[in-house]
Amino acid sequence: MRHGLIRTLAGVAITATFVGSVAAQDSKFADELAKYREALADGNPADLLEVKGAALWAEKRGPKNASLEQCDFGLGPGKLEGAYAQLPRYFKDAGKVMDVESRLVHCMMTLQGFTREQATKNWFSRPGTESDIEALVTFIGAKSNGMPINVPATHPEEKKMYQIGEYVFYRRSGPQDFSCAICHGQDGKRIRLQELGNLTTKEGAGTAMKTWPSYRVSQGAVWTMERRLIDCMRQARFPEPKYLSDSIIALQVYLQKNATGTVMETPGIKR
Amino acid sequence: MKKLMFAALCAALTHTALAQEKTPSGKAVAKNPVSAEAEQVFRNSFSPDNPKYWMTRIEQDDAMRLCGQFKDNPPAAVRQKIELAQKATIRYPVDGKLMGNWKEGEKIAAHGRGGHIGFIQPDAPMTPRGGNCYACHQLAVKEVAYGTIGPSLHHFGKLRGNSDDIVKYAYDKIYNSNAFNACTNMPRFGLHNWLTPEEITHVVAFLMDPESPVNKD
Repeated sequence: MRHGLIRTLAGVAITATFVGSVAAQDSKFADELAKYREALADGNPADLLEVKGAALWAEKRGPKNASLEQCDFGLGPGKLEGAYAQLPRYFKDAGKVMDVESRLVHCMMTLQGFTREQATKNWFSRPGTESDIEALVTFIGAKSNGMPINVPATHPEEKKMYQIGEYVFYRRSGPQDFSCAICHGQDGKRIRLQELGNLTTKEGAGTAMKTWPSYRVSQGAVWTMERRLIDCMRQARFPEPKYLSDSIIALQVYLQKNATGTVMETPGIKR
Repeated sequence: MKKLMFAALCAALTHTALAQEKTPSGKAVAKNPVSAEAEQVFRNSFSPDNPKYWMTRIEQDDAMRLCGQFKDNPPAAVRQKIELAQKATIRYPVDGKLMGNWKEGEKIAAHGRGGHIGFIQPDAPMTPRGGNCYACHQLAVKEVAYGTIGPSLHHFGKLRGNSDDIVKYAYDKIYNSNAFNACTNMPRFGLHNWLTPEEITHVVAFLMDPESPVNKD
């Protein structure tokens, strides 16, 4: 499928080179990519994971033989409608700003009695190893589908995390002098053929944030936002940040605040 | 060049506290109020058990630190300071030849892997590192999968001629982009030993050689 697309794109591109300007060529690429995404959205493999997540949510598990149904994502115990779209946020009981994944792990520990190590062991799936966290986050995310992202970051701790996120976004290091802003600080740019969103604007951040968790065709798996951001660090040639580390949560506060007002379309489907 | 020197002199003379706080467009720069804490948070986000070599990659030199602080848009005085310091880092191949083999340069420009670390999807050890020029630049027209973060370099040599000055400029720019444009998006390929001086001469030839597809097609 993917190879077919590349061949199609190459074909379109070669044709465009002969018949049209660079601008025409660019817009043809964009059209083809849009068609591709549309075709894939009809039957998103993430839908299966969402069903699995719903079952895991209600299943009694762990040393305490409890379900997650009393987990509070900020709107009250078990209230999931719109919760994902309002994360990360400050949680008084934990004394810190948490994203959906750190809150989920918190509940697996406090409600179900798992250790942190048990809860996070398979935080992402590999061929042959499924991830409960991916399934649960897909389920929880889908409960915000159609709702606007709303992370005003007004609590002092949230505001501070927004500022930390902004700092990390512009922080340059590594053997390529990268920061997030290098690729995601301008409008209308592309890396190779991949369009890049300007994550400093509502439109760009919104496009990026509204569709996660997302099924990634190139990876054959659903990726959570933690997975997405940790991989951004890898692409920047940085070392791998720890799962649930504050840099990753802070970046999410920064991006979600920038994206505030954008309507969620999740689970998404991406290249 | 004279104009530049004059501008540099003026910038140095008017190097006041006020100049420090404004970007070239006149916009005031607000320093991130939590930067010290944010730096600590960032550092704590990596496991202390990581190989030492990995952790060198989060260290910052002056240019990186200043560019981050000013969101890549530093005031004139800071810009000047960065550019002068970066210019001084440029090293040349022992034989002094700055034009290599364009065919080698073409391979380096197209090659985008290498240098990924971490536990999840690292590159295999010894994966050669490429320049990945096409990630951001259009070069030869036959390669359609090019990015647009940087300007098109199609006909780079054809448009500029291949005088010694232009060849040296191309070499210097690839070796240390910040010597010309502080806080540009472009990596400093030579400074970081991402590409060797010899490899850079090949990329220079890819840009400059009349036979290179960058100029021929």
